[in-house]
Amino acid sequence: MKKNYKKLIVFLGLFLLMIVTAACGNSDNNNAEDEKDGERKIEILSWWTAGGEADALNTVLDGFHDEYPDIIVENAAVAGGGGSNSQAVLSSRLQGGDPPAIFQAQGGKDLLRWLDAGYLQDMDGIFAENNWDEVFPSEIIDMNKQDEHVYGLPMNIHKNNVIWYDKKLFDELNLKAPETFDELIEVSEKLKDEGVTPIALGDKNPRWTTLWFDVLLLEELGADKYAQLWNGEIDFDSKEVVNAAEKLKTILGYINDNHSALDWQDAGDLIIDGEAAMQLMGDWESGYFETKGWEPNEDYGWVAAPGTQEYFNVVNDSMGFPEGVKDEESAKKLISYMGSKEAQEDFNKLKGSIPARTDVDTSDFSVYSQDAAEDFKNLKITISLAGGSATPAGFLSKVDDAINAFVTQQDVDNFINTLVDAQSLLSE
Amino acid sequence: MPTNQVRKKKSARKFLKGNNISFIVVLPSIFIISIFVYVFIGWTGYVSLSNWNSLAPDLSFVGLENFKQLFTSFRFQSDIRNMIFFSLLFIFGVVGLGLFLAVLLEQNIKGKWLFRNIFLFPMAMSFVVTGVAWRWILNPESGVNLFLQKFGFSPGWYTDTTIVPGWKVFDIEFGLPIGLIAVLIAAIWQMTGFSLAMYLAGLAGIPEEIKEAAYMDGANKFQAFFRVILPQLKPITFGVILLMLQVSLKIFDLVYTMTGSGPNFVTDMPAIYMYETTFKGNFYAEGASIAIIMLMMIMIFVIPYIMRQKEEH
Repeated sequence: MKKNYKKLIVFLGLFLLMIVTAACGNSDNNNAEDEKDGERKIEILSWWTAGGEADALNTVLDGFHDEYPDIIVENAAVAGGGGSNSQAVLSSRLQGGDPPAIFQAQGGKDLLRWLDAGYLQDMDGIFAENNWDEVFPSEIIDMNKQDEHVYGLPMNIHKNNVIWYDKKLFDELNLKAPETFDELIEVSEKLKDEGVTPIALGDKNPRWTTLWFDVLLLEELGADKYAQLWNGEIDFDSKEVVNAAEKLKTILGYINDNHSALDWQDAGDLIIDGEAAMQLMGDWESGYFETKGWEPNEDYGWVAAPGTQEYFNVVNDSMGFPEGVKDEESAKKLISYMGSKEAQEDFNKLKGSIPARTDVDTSDFSVYSQDAAEDFKNLKITISLAGGSATPAGFLSKVDDAINAFVTQQDVDNFINTLVDAQSLLSE
Repeated sequence: MPTNQVRKKKSARKFLKGNNISFIVVLPSIFIISIFVYVFIGWTGYVSLSNWNSLAPDLSFVGLENFKQLFTSFRFQSDIRNMIFFSLLFIFGVVGLGLFLAVLLEQNIKGKWLFRNIFLFPMAMSFVVTGVAWRWILNPESGVNLFLQKFGFSPGWYTDTTIVPGWKVFDIEFGLPIGLIAVLIAAIWQMTGFSLAMYLAGLAGIPEEIKEAAYMDGANKFQAFFRVILPQLKPITFGVILLMLQVSLKIFDLVYTMTGSGPNFVTDMPAIYMYETTFKGNFYAEGASIAIIMLMMIMIFVIPYIMRQKEEH
């Protein structure tokens, strides 16, 4: 009996010890491990986990490893949810005081919300050291700026005001790619008569209908007022916004019936299979078509969304630099490397985007990317709502919800009222 | 010295007697559960009354503001409607089908073991797998409809936004969302194996004598089933309902992978809204409020059950 009693005490003691070591020992242990054998370990958190994106990130990390063999970069990418799963991990890691060395965010408001919560440090030093102010366009740097400090390294540029269409079908039916809203409707009517679904939409994730609303707003408002709208300086019950909603309602008359069952890739497949003719999508669509063996300018063509020929509506990923990174020195080296010409070229070529730096030689990029790089230099850059950069994430999620209801109800007044209610989130 | 040792031994023995030993053994779990379950529930309750609706924690007290926001939102009203209809039909389906299949398997049919395994198999799969598979099976353009179309029948499944009967209640139409039926089929398909297993065990536990006595008294098969066998299965039915209720009230993975929120939120559930508003929108307090509402709904059903159990003991 006595023996049992002792055993119990020993067991309880061990148990307590386990709890105490688990609770307190964690951070110290890690540090010791990180630096063993002169190796340093840092982590990069992103949602670049699929196909080309994952390859792009790995190539950059390999390049960094060649340059700094003593720094091990762990790829802590989290898949799914269009980045929201990764952001959930990021938010609990930042709140728990265990930040990755650098992390992916959408440039602009999406990145800066982490600053508002007190989790970011600026990159002023790194920018000055590398003269980045001269090679990144000012619109893109300004997007990540607050109070004259810069908080994000732009990695890539996507354009999302692009309509992709089945070129062979358009040639066959002798149709011209639409440039205005009226032309879009005209073309859609003709396609409908031919028994083809004019516009492919996959809005299982309502964001892709939000994208339609986004470009229609850009068309209605023009670049300056469009930017003002996101700052809360223009009301959502103004004439232009109502017009954009009315136009969206018209568009919804030309889409495929099963839109709510599909993702954007599935909607792209409708075009490849000849069931639908056009799709509004960010230019990652060109990469998708190419993986399906479709050739640019032969099988598929592209044109700016109606009335937005003058604009380059930007979707951008930027890297953030958290406060409290254990090995700041190595993190800074990684940031400097990721902003270098070499890394930006490697990364974007594989990801199917164009470099945020304008001094990278894009002559061996894909046909579409070269065209986009030209546009990026020449067109007026606007910051996209659907790309996550224009507004706080909370506002965008309310817009997605409102859009989801609108697609079924098609009640413009109700939709506008919901937007007006959400407007207060913009001034915060 | 020896007397001292004896005394020590005695007190130790005394200490280990009775309830003390069981108390010491469960102490670590009580400790851990109280922190990781109850303290966090308390914390969630506290957050739900706060103004924490951005990334930066803002714990200033706003009372029931978040709950007011939720109950006036179209999406949350839809969620409550969906959850009521989903839970009712899901439980009805699982209990009814499980009982039916169990009774069938009880008749000494050939290949009984094979059918039992076939019916139990879906339960071994993750809801995520079920969700992705049924999403394609019930896709209106590519799935089972390719077959149904031959009979001139092509339902929209989860893309259908009709609500039957669609009474206007607050901001929403109240009734059964037709789109939800697709999700119900997948959920019932997966969980029927569970109730089947429970009923099989229950049926096996009913003594032959009782049945024989019923037949002796002149009962036919149906009478014997409804008057004698079914009452014996009451505790099992009760357990199945309770367990399925907590599956349905907090369902997330199946719906999230199969349909997401659905057009006009016809397949949205409180758990999905909770996840999205917290991690996509950073409305932490709103997310916490949804969590508290879900907890309360589960408690409405679990507390009477616990009370009853206590009475029975």
